[in-house]
Amino acid sequence: MNYSQWDWNVGKKVIADLSQWRNAFEWVEEPYVSPDGETIAAIVKTDDMAFSVCENGVSWEKYFDKIWYLRFGSGNCPVAIVSENSMWTVAVAGQPWGNWYEFVWDTRFSLDGKYITVAAQDGSKYFAVSDGIAWQQAFFSISNLAVSHDGKNAAAVVQTIPFNSGDIFKFQEGCYTVAVNGKTWDNNFLNVWDMSFSPDGRHLAAEVRKTLYDYTIVVDGQPWDKNFLSVWKPKFNPKDGSVTAPVKVNGGWALARNGEVIWEERFFQLWHHQYSPDGENIAAIVAPKFGQWTIAVNGKPWPSTFNNLVTDLAISPDGKRTACAARTKGQWHIAADGQCWDNGYDMAWAPVFSPDSRHIAAKVEKNGRFFIVIDGRPLTYDFAAAWGPLFSPDSNKLLVRGIGGGKNDGNYCRYVFELSEFLA
Amino acid sequence: MLHDLFSFVRGPMVWIAFTVFTVGSLYRLISMWRLAKKKDSVIFNYFSIFFAIRSIGHWILPFAGVNMRKHPAMTVVAFLFHGCLFAVPIFLSAHVILFKESWNISWWWMPDMAADIMAMIVIGCCLFFLGRRIFLKEVRYLTSVSDYLILAAVAVPFISGVWAYHQWAAFQAALVIHIVSGEIMLMIIPFTKLSHMLFAPFTRGYMGSEFGGVRNSKDW
Amino acid sequence: MTKQSPANIATIPDEGVDKGGQRLTPEQVTRVIRRMFEEEGGARLKIYIETCVHCGLCSDACHFYLSNNKDPKFSPAGKVKQTLGIIIQKKGRVSIDFIKKASEIAFTECNLCKRCVMYCPFGIDIAYLMLFMRRICHKLGVVPQYIQDTAHSHSVTMNQMWVKEDEWIDTLQWQEDEARDEIENLRIPLEKEGAEIFYSVIGPEPKFRAQLIYQTAVIMNVAGMDWTMPATPGWDNSDMCMYTGDDEMAARLKKVHFEAAMRLKTKRIVMGECGHAFRSVYDVGNRHLGWKMSPLPLIHAIEFYYELFRDKKLRVKQKYDIPVTLHDPCNVVRGGGLHELARYVINETCSRFVEMHPNREHNYCCAAGGGVINCGPPYSKKRVIGNKVKADQLADAKARGAKIIIAPCHNCHAGLEDIVKYYDLDMEIKFLGDIIYECIDKT
Repeated sequence: MNYSQWDWNVGKKVIADLSQWRNAFEWVEEPYVSPDGETIAAIVKTDDMAFSVCENGVSWEKYFDKIWYLRFGSGNCPVAIVSENSMWTVAVAGQPWGNWYEFVWDTRFSLDGKYITVAAQDGSKYFAVSDGIAWQQAFFSISNLAVSHDGKNAAAVVQTIPFNSGDIFKFQEGCYTVAVNGKTWDNNFLNVWDMSFSPDGRHLAAEVRKTLYDYTIVVDGQPWDKNFLSVWKPKFNPKDGSVTAPVKVNGGWALARNGEVIWEERFFQLWHHQYSPDGENIAAIVAPKFGQWTIAVNGKPWPSTFNNLVTDLAISPDGKRTACAARTKGQWHIAADGQCWDNGYDMAWAPVFSPDSRHIAAKVEKNGRFFIVIDGRPLTYDFAAAWGPLFSPDSNKLLVRGIGGGKNDGNYCRYVFELSEFLA
Repeated sequence: MLHDLFSFVRGPMVWIAFTVFTVGSLYRLISMWRLAKKKDSVIFNYFSIFFAIRSIGHWILPFAGVNMRKHPAMTVVAFLFHGCLFAVPIFLSAHVILFKESWNISWWWMPDMAADIMAMIVIGCCLFFLGRRIFLKEVRYLTSVSDYLILAAVAVPFISGVWAYHQWAAFQAALVIHIVSGEIMLMIIPFTKLSHMLFAPFTRGYMGSEFGGVRNSKDW
Repeated sequence: MTKQSPANIATIPDEGVDKGGQRLTPEQVTRVIRRMFEEEGGARLKIYIETCVHCGLCSDACHFYLSNNKDPKFSPAGKVKQTLGIIIQKKGRVSIDFIKKASEIAFTECNLCKRCVMYCPFGIDIAYLMLFMRRICHKLGVVPQYIQDTAHSHSVTMNQMWVKEDEWIDTLQWQEDEARDEIENLRIPLEKEGAEIFYSVIGPEPKFRAQLIYQTAVIMNVAGMDWTMPATPGWDNSDMCMYTGDDEMAARLKKVHFEAAMRLKTKRIVMGECGHAFRSVYDVGNRHLGWKMSPLPLIHAIEFYYELFRDKKLRVKQKYDIPVTLHDPCNVVRGGGLHELARYVINETCSRFVEMHPNREHNYCCAAGGGVINCGPPYSKKRVIGNKVKADQLADAKARGAKIIIAPCHNCHAGLEDIVKYYDLDMEIKFLGDIIYECIDKT
């Protein structure tokens, strides 16, 4: 995604007045905003039960019987699942794909937002559809859809062997596998769950259960040599292509690479590990002890812990810093590099790093109003609704998208702030 | 012969019995604690002194719990039994004198008459428990030989004690039996079901903590 | 091989148990049992087994015991004696037939209701011991077929009923359509990020009782709540793996559930009227994952309804006038202390309320919970016969006027329906939501 082409001129731009929308339509659902902030859209309903999407005050020309799951890919283009005559498809900026199915769901975007894949069902057969083109092979069921970064490869867990209801022994022989672009792996498993593509999209790793008791990781159809008591989602090292996953061994959770445990530490819980872009550092959400949550970097947990939960782990582009959202003693916080930011909130969203890794910003909520906090300090504006902040490519500016900034009107605005002014 | 035996059970054996009981109890408690830390570490997160005491309080108060009210005879017997079981050996004048003679420590003792009656109450309670084991089918079903042996291990020191106190036939033998059986009982506490003396406060306290702290409800 | 008395042979044929047993060798049985004791048998197991003085006082707590002519084999300690007791005595050297019988006892003769904990002077947790036995059965692959199938469903779909992802979404949209006929512009908001409430249900709701989702949608809309449901797995809060002894899967299910709520940035989870699911998200599954309590605030429907009436979000148009009684579900009452809140809601909505006896923490279990009803038709007769005491309790409430039984729990509902039918009690069973839906002002 090319951020540099966005409008980074400092100032406020009023994009749309949502209170007018509410007058124009009988029903306006919660709006969504494009990453560049230039477009706001919401599913709207006219009085005769026809649905459309209103984009910056203009509704799509085409109306549908139903619309749901309106989202922006990073391509700044609104995408929704739409229905007509009881058939479903995906509409991109109001244009439905050519093919319609009995059901589609689980919209997935490529990193640049250009490629869209959904799960689909037609005639009780299941498959994935990428940019309107369905897989050639269909299955008894589909789940855990995953797409590669470029969006050109899609994978899903599929059922290839049918079994009768209650046939527990047939199930235990393994009736599920993975289909990549419609083509299945050679071997079957009891279960396959979360999957990750390698950054180049050429390899796929998945969590599997081989028997009721043996869990392991499978890469391109090939299971690791070792089995574990349980495993969580595997990830590819962006540099050397090796695969790591949290695994449960006697004594707790550890991180394993290609079947071998690589972290000495044992945790009560360890999941959602992430690589730094250079592949040198691995951070993960961990519970060093029961009921105490924190972030561990290369196996070393932060000294401070949170008693409710830790989520939304982020690693800085230079790989040296980590941040997360955490809930402790009933309050939400943003924490970075082992330090919990001062204020507690009713909710905190995923923190984001500036491209130079020096700054962190996040959206938070308190008493029904939304704030943007940068490096622990809240922006003076509060909003009736807001979306996650974004840094400019030079790390000097911050894009903020919000409704009712500073006052209680229905205006959706896009703001660009100079960081130096704010942090001065 | 009897004299030698008597001095042994009155002398070194007492030391052995108290040592086995104390060290054994400590060993059981510590090893169980360590096992819990290793394999049930989660439970320590839920243990609450307040709710533990709340629960234990309801269970050491006669008729405070529903089940105690459902079984009034058992409740009365159980409380009498445990009360007398502890009070008699500790506050019997003869025992206090022995402590005084051996270690020069002493405390209040009860009149012999009272101790005699209480010892008989213990014996009566043991008979009641025996009757339950024989006649109540839900208890009989659970009962194994070891349950009878343990009941005997508790009853014999009291039967022989009463016997010796009243100086009935062969009371000297009864006295030896009394001492030996008392020592045996002491020694087996940590290693048999009598270890509920050590562990029941923890099991009850833990359950009280779960019910009070997590489940927001009563456990009595 | 150990010689078995006829009493130690499983009496009810079950493919899961029978065929599961056929796959085993006695050596395997011993090996698996010993490993289980070594790896997972901790201080609780040891102390519970060692300190039980076989006093039999737990017997009166158990509905199976009370209903089966006080047969001591059905007493809580009696069930431990026949299962873990013998395993410990024989140091794991037990036969395959023994395991099959132990599976039947642990899975179908104990509801894990923990009533006996309140009757044991030492607070010995028989449910914990029965679950330990069930986990041994799971490790041996000798689990009743129906509940094992449910566990498989959980593992594949993350819900209890093999509901596929599209079927779930389709059901919600269908209920939304239906409800719009009654309330204009009603919405079941799917995937609404940042909503205050994440509402989760159990698998049977979309599968068999979609009207409950409809009713909830009406209640939420009338009360003006900001709520959402996920369009991904994680919508189902139930957990039969917790009951089959598959703790690893139980943990996975709860992770998916809690993470769906976290992903949608909801402030709290409100769950439907289910008891075992409450146990799994409030007490058990969170522990498997390392969360002391549920990571996000979580409340059962009873507490949610209580809040709605307390805060005057709902208004009663006309109180429900048929006399009702309340069955206190174990998992939310003995397991969550919601008994007074349930009575508050009933007082707000019903004009005539008859107490059942015993009640609150001491209420008798429905005999369906703890995964027992999920073991399926082979055991249903045994289950209703094993709860005659419940039928007597209901008949007593009926004699004092009660016509409707309110049971704010799915398993209780199904269990009580079977009991009412078998004992010909002619009473109707309702959820609190049914009553609320009927009597609130929807304008």
